[in-house]
Amino acid sequence: MVQKHIVEARGIHKHFGPLHVLKGVDLQVDERELVFVIGPSGSGKSTLLRCLNRLEEPSSGSVVVDGIDMLDPKTDINHARQRIGMVFQSFNLYPHMTALGNVTLALRKVAGKSRAEADTLARKALERVGLADRADHTPGQLSGGQQQRVAIARSIALEPRVMLFDEPTSALDPELVGSVLEVMRSLRETGMTMIVVSHEMGFARNAADRVVFMDDGLIVEQGPPAAIFENPAHERTRAFIGQIQRH
Amino acid sequence: MIQTFFNLDIIVAAWPIVMSGLWNTILLSLIVVPLGLFGGLILALLASIRHPLVRWPLMAWVDFFRAFPPLVLLVLLFAGLPFAGLELGGFACVAIAFFLNTGSYYGEIFRAGIDSVPNGQVEAARSTGLSRMQAMRYVVLPQAVRNVLPDLLSNTLEVVKLTSLGSVVAVPELLYEARQAQSLTYNPTPIVMAAVIYFLILWPLVRLLSRLENRALAGRR
Repeated sequence: MVQKHIVEARGIHKHFGPLHVLKGVDLQVDERELVFVIGPSGSGKSTLLRCLNRLEEPSSGSVVVDGIDMLDPKTDINHARQRIGMVFQSFNLYPHMTALGNVTLALRKVAGKSRAEADTLARKALERVGLADRADHTPGQLSGGQQQRVAIARSIALEPRVMLFDEPTSALDPELVGSVLEVMRSLRETGMTMIVVSHEMGFARNAADRVVFMDDGLIVEQGPPAAIFENPAHERTRAFIGQIQRH
Repeated sequence: MIQTFFNLDIIVAAWPIVMSGLWNTILLSLIVVPLGLFGGLILALLASIRHPLVRWPLMAWVDFFRAFPPLVLLVLLFAGLPFAGLELGGFACVAIAFFLNTGSYYGEIFRAGIDSVPNGQVEAARSTGLSRMQAMRYVVLPQAVRNVLPDLLSNTLEVVKLTSLGSVVAVPELLYEARQAQSLTYNPTPIVMAAVIYFLILWPLVRLLSRLENRALAGRR
């Protein structure tokens, strides 16, 4: 019996003009798996993540998420994207709406819920990230950590099958990182499939099932966190891990 | 002096005609401002498509009508179109000229507003499944309009002032009616009345604009 992957990316190439950012990347992720993607800046981690929900159009290759061919022109991409949550480095909350408004927008306009249903689901999602009492605050009235948690609530309210995290804590002050990681950990405990681009090595060690190291548009090596961190097979991985652990 | 410029008898005599002019100026503004806003919004939305086949004609259109003096455009429509067998009347000509001219200005303002919204906003919206149009409508446009509100208001002030151009094609708006009254009474008092009325209706808008601009500056700090 062949193991069915929930995310199946094959042979992903991405060119930005003369830049060849992804040079044939294969990534398979199992259901309930938490995969950490690390690598130097410019290695193509974020681009790979953005190819998975087609925020970036791969130049070639195939992406299948939860059985849906994401690159098929016949695929209803807006429908498919509901199943793939994404959290951004800069939060990207809608500043003209309250926290509740941020979460209900897609519930109402994409998932077709009534205002009352959407409100209930959104409050539940805000509760899950520990911000039930901030529903009526606008992003400007929230700390960075709280904003990022609202952004997570905005995604999980749609009950996605996979969550993508693009450096979710990189823009945060150090003392605010913990609260976001805490939410990610609790999400992990519910069995959410997660792909995380991040340099939070402590979190990777504790929570990740697998660490993927990328460099120069390719996956150099991957394996359990202990193996990658303690005993990397490749010189480039060793150099990178040595560098970030010195900080 | 006062007998010449603020003649009470003449004020009383000219009052009805000047008031009817004021009413027409208000009516004209209520038509041409929404029309310009609507045209501008359409232009800005088309510009956001960024396809060369849309972009170049659009740029040519906007450049042309911004470079074209609105008075000349108006006279051309009013005096030129009848030779093409199309007699539109002053009011319709003003509406069309303003749609073309002020629509292009409003369009550039909306476009700047749309450009001022970070792309991450669209990405976040699209990642939750919103379509391009939904992202524009619910996420980008509300922020865009808020960001350029002072410019929109400032342009609207200009548009209301420009409605006095209607007098050239015999639209009985404030300036036209004041001049009528002037020629009937052989006294400039009606023109002074019109000037005072223009000031009285525009001054609150100017105050509001200053406040918006100050608030925008404070917000940027």
